[in-house]
Amino acid sequence: MDTHPAAALSPIFGRLSLDSLPLHEPIVVATFIAVVIGGLVTVGAITKFRLWGYLWNEWFTTVDHKRIGIMYMILGLIMFVRGFADAVMMRLQQAMAFGGSEGYLNAHHYDQIFTAHGVIMIFFVAMPFITGLMNYIVPLQIGARDVSFPFLNNFSFWMTAAGAVLVMMSLFVGEFAQTGWLAYPPLSGIGYSPATGVDYYIWALQIAGVGTTLSGINLIATIVKLRAPGMKLMRMPVFTWTSLCANILIVASFPILTATLVLLSLDRYVGTNFFTNDFGGSAMMYVNLIWIWGHPEVYILILPLFGVFSEVTSTFSGKRLFGYSSMVYATVCIMVLSYLVWLHHFFTMGSGASVNSFFGITTMVISIPTGAKLFNWLFTMYRGRIRFELPMMWTVAFMLTFTIGGMTGVLLAVPPADFVLHNSLFLIAHFHNVIIGGVLFGLFAAINYWWPKAFGYKLDVFWGKVSFWCWQIGFWMAFTPLYILGLMGVTRRMRVFDDPSLQIWFVIAAIGAAIVAMGIAAMFIQFFVSFMKRKQLADTTGDPWGGRTLEWATSSPPPDYNFAFTPVIHDLDAWADMKKNGYERPLAGFRSIHMPSNTGTGIILAGLSTVCGFALIWYIWWLAGLSFVALLAVAIAHTFNYKRDFHIPVEDVITTENERTRLLSAGA
Amino acid sequence: MIPSAASLLRALRGARPLALLSALALLGGCNAVVLDPAGDIAQQQAWLIVASTVLMLVIIVPVMALTVLFAWRYRQSNKEARYEPEWDHSTQLELLIWAAPLLIIICLGALTWVSTHLLDPYRPIARVAEGKPIAAEVEPLEVEVVALDWKWLFIYPQYGVATVNELAAPVDRPINFRITSSSVMNSFYVPALAGMIYAMPGMETKLHAVINKAGNYEGFSANYSGAGFSGMRFRFHGLNDAQFAEWVAKAKAGNGPLDRNVYLKLEQPSENVPVARFAGIEEGLYNAIVNMCVEPGKMCMSEMMAIDAKGGLGKEGIRNVRQLTYDKHARRGAVLASEPVVVGAICAPPAPVRQAAAARPAADQAPLTGAGLPRPGASATADAKPSRPTNS
Repeated sequence: MDTHPAAALSPIFGRLSLDSLPLHEPIVVATFIAVVIGGLVTVGAITKFRLWGYLWNEWFTTVDHKRIGIMYMILGLIMFVRGFADAVMMRLQQAMAFGGSEGYLNAHHYDQIFTAHGVIMIFFVAMPFITGLMNYIVPLQIGARDVSFPFLNNFSFWMTAAGAVLVMMSLFVGEFAQTGWLAYPPLSGIGYSPATGVDYYIWALQIAGVGTTLSGINLIATIVKLRAPGMKLMRMPVFTWTSLCANILIVASFPILTATLVLLSLDRYVGTNFFTNDFGGSAMMYVNLIWIWGHPEVYILILPLFGVFSEVTSTFSGKRLFGYSSMVYATVCIMVLSYLVWLHHFFTMGSGASVNSFFGITTMVISIPTGAKLFNWLFTMYRGRIRFELPMMWTVAFMLTFTIGGMTGVLLAVPPADFVLHNSLFLIAHFHNVIIGGVLFGLFAAINYWWPKAFGYKLDVFWGKVSFWCWQIGFWMAFTPLYILGLMGVTRRMRVFDDPSLQIWFVIAAIGAAIVAMGIAAMFIQFFVSFMKRKQLADTTGDPWGGRTLEWATSSPPPDYNFAFTPVIHDLDAWADMKKNGYERPLAGFRSIHMPSNTGTGIILAGLSTVCGFALIWYIWWLAGLSFVALLAVAIAHTFNYKRDFHIPVEDVITTENERTRLLSAGA
Repeated sequence: MIPSAASLLRALRGARPLALLSALALLGGCNAVVLDPAGDIAQQQAWLIVASTVLMLVIIVPVMALTVLFAWRYRQSNKEARYEPEWDHSTQLELLIWAAPLLIIICLGALTWVSTHLLDPYRPIARVAEGKPIAAEVEPLEVEVVALDWKWLFIYPQYGVATVNELAAPVDRPINFRITSSSVMNSFYVPALAGMIYAMPGMETKLHAVINKAGNYEGFSANYSGAGFSGMRFRFHGLNDAQFAEWVAKAKAGNGPLDRNVYLKLEQPSENVPVARFAGIEEGLYNAIVNMCVEPGKMCMSEMMAIDAKGGLGKEGIRNVRQLTYDKHARRGAVLASEPVVVGAICAPPAPVRQAAAARPAADQAPLTGAGLPRPGASATADAKPSRPTNS
């Protein structure tokens, strides 16, 4: 915090010095010790069991979309634990800091925590989760063997991971931003945030943003070009449709974020004045730009989960999805409209009444296709035979929770109502209501639904239900008080409070957070227990739920090549159609299969990017230059790598397929 | 659309006591100031929250009820329920599911359009409360609000007083706020009085409001602004006329005058600042704050913009940059940025721009309509629209 002038810049270490380590913060030191011990144990275990080679060859360098998908999910889970720890710390602070008490966190620490919580949950939890999900499922759903650009996929993942590494590093070396998750200037400018926090923020997001944008391009190309023969656009599974729309949003909006952050970096590094107070800078421009990215981002997160709910509802109701085409049009409508609403994030910045009402009304208009989607799920359940397996439970919970969140969202879209609720805890409750109720519940549905596909065994139901109910109760206990507090005029990001009558609500919210923590713990126990009982829970058919889309046509887990023969599509719900029409799995005539080769270039490039980002954050100019040159050199060298593909020999294909035949007949 | 919106408003207003009652019952016990405020503007905003919620519940309740009903009725174990696995389309139903939300949104959209114009914070208010128009002789109270690190400065140009972290206004007298900030973004919010508006450096925003009940209310910054943000709270006193006169007198007996030097000291970061009072405000101080030229030798933004509007100084202008001995930037310890520089003043500081009472638009006495909408019973007259937050 007390960083001092340019004189302190060392030519070798930049502004990095022993003082940069937060040795005076006991909470951070304790966390650091725990992380070091945990890290040593992990590294030791990997070395002891000689897993380094396996990890490097089979996972880190893989270009298999399924493994990359799983790595994204693991990254998301790890960062979720970190982001949730931040949430718990905030809840504790706000429950304690009353009646003259300062709580247990000072402003320096608390302000970093709420910033990190937002940044991590959006960029390094929700984004990896949905990217991982799309990566795993989309190629299988369209009958492809991999994504269009397998190396790019590996590179994208590692760039996202590199961003996460930088954010985590800020915990122990220097500090993170104290600006709120969107880093509005002038507060995020060099004048008011001179230390490394905002630079960590900028470079983490820039590096991860490269990954996100490239993976968006990759998945669009995959969906457009690699669909199985016969799968016209209007025969694509809804999840693929929503993924397509989400990726179009990614490709069209992430460059705006990149550009905005470049302008902010220029302000911070070379003294330009895009967003400063003096010299004609305008902070309002930043606020507009960041939300022109930020609002589509919300739909990037939720659209793929809308797809998940569609798949789950239709599968567990044992019915075709009601109103497929209206579902598709609704998705496309939402995709377009999501660009026309950004100003609703700052009605209170003084735009005219006509501008405010325009953006208020466009926001409300989005609720029409969203409402139509909800009705479609409703009428898919209508006259169905609903099996309340875990994915379906999460879906029904979503329908009930998200509706409330949607309603408070539309309420906030009425500008005069927003004037009294903007930035309040009501707003916080609203967006957690849609992000937890929509994105997270959707992810839990998806994890329970596709886990058997990915690992070959179902998840344990008992612990799944424990987790489910903890989440339901915990969520409402944690956020109903926030709605109420918002109506009592309590604003967000407060560290201490005056009015003692508010405390009880914060205590209830903290208890809610504790129950959610139990839900998260139950989920990890569920994973562990299921792994231990994997023989019992095994799925030998590849189609444990009576699925309707192509991913259920292959084995669980699918072979490296996904499908020995590319299926031909005749109807929507291709697998249901194949089953109905007496599809027979081919048992002969296999051929060798052309596949992409693994490469370590992705992880090397991302590693160099991390070094470059770190050097830029700490003004270690020589290292930044060196790593950037190395980055270019490796990227160029990789273009001369001509050994990019290989053929899976036909004998291997036959062995794999015979094994599946054996399992299928054993199960029958 | 306009008449239908108006009748809709009336119809909804009829439902108001009932809706408010149920909302209050829901929040029984806690002090939900947003739903039960003491100022007319906030009151209308609260009403709008309730009205929109009721309107949305028209569709939300059936959807939630149907979700539970279908989930129960079509459960696997209920073999009595019809099962039609191939049924996936019904034109009537699809029309209905698009039309029903559309209808609600049309109503809500109309309500939004009208209310956003009526409750535009830039619009001078025309009534003190429902059925109580502003008397012709009432002069609105002018308050200039400056968000500082991390406290609020309130300047009363009509009374020549200023206060830190304490705001007061006479009951039922319109208040015209002009709001700016010295360093970073904040948001000026008194929940009992009216909705919030951002306070931004180098810019001015406006808020028009009135307080209807005497009392002691809370105000704060509703936009995170750095380490001292939690302590940026102040009390807002709604007073009767005699009490207000007393309050002004107390301010006059306060900590002495507020000139540029005192302001520059006050502006430096400090947390949890107690109430301070000043009497004798340097002429044009607020304008200098908005134009970011309180420091001696700094060119005012208004001047800079005037020069630029005439074509600017060209390359010669680059030379007119000079170093500051003190600047807000340096105070938080910039590392990389070069020494703080500013555009130097070319002329002597401009004569203070007096906010003459005559220059202020007269309070709008006409019946409330949306800006830009024709007045009932009158030909459309061009409203003198107040300017938007620009670099003023």
